[in-house]
Amino acid sequence: MKILYFSWLREKIGVPFEEVEVRSETVGDLIKELINQDHKYELAFEDIKSIRVAVDQKIIQDFNVSIKNAREVAFFPPMTGG
Amino acid sequence: MHQTIKKCYISVNVQKVDFDINSEIKKIKSNKIIGGIVNFTGIVRNSGGEKEELVSLELEHYPGMTEKAIMLICEDAQKRWNLNFIRVIHRVGRLFAGDNIVLVLTASAHRKEAFKSAEFIMDFLKSRAPIWKKEHYRTHSSWVQSKEEDELILNDW
Repeated sequence: MKILYFSWLREKIGVPFEEVEVRSETVGDLIKELINQDHKYELAFEDIKSIRVAVDQKIIQDFNVSIKNAREVAFFPPMTGG
Repeated sequence: MHQTIKKCYISVNVQKVDFDINSEIKKIKSNKIIGGIVNFTGIVRNSGGEKEELVSLELEHYPGMTEKAIMLICEDAQKRWNLNFIRVIHRVGRLFAGDNIVLVLTASAHRKEAFKSAEFIMDFLKSRAPIWKKEHYRTHSSWVQSKEEDELILNDW
């Protein structure tokens, strides 16, 4: 699965994206799985309220959303377009 | 990315290069059914709330998703108001004070629908388009924080 990071999340994690084999079935589990892998994820996901998620380029509100068949999951802070 | 829904032509671009407002308006004006065009152009401010002068503004985005997300906002606007044209151009990359950031043009037979829809699209671009701004100053850089009011204002629509 491709995991993408944007803005300060990208800076904290150090890469714009990575291909990862994941066991998790939901967004919430994926975050926990990443945190267990490396301290940098723990730092990046520290303030979970300020994290927004897109699964296959669709913004999701609920971290219980399934990622079983997802090709890509993106993590980023609240958007500041316009 | 463009499409026509119920006689409303919607066109969205996310690009590094500048846009020409007059030529965009001219294209829409060539259609004689419209009664008015509302133009909103967002411009890079010299200072983004800090005392220091801004050196540059960097706009990061989610390639592949940004145009789709903006198109969804436009489709929503098309459903709410009678519009003939919606044109959105959002720039990304490194910009400088005075540069154009975003263009929203809405055209309709009547002014109110054009005004309302342009405001609606801008409100949603602020917090629903996957774009992140970083301000670069001479001594430091900082990511622009989203404003709570920008999120709350969406409930009013």
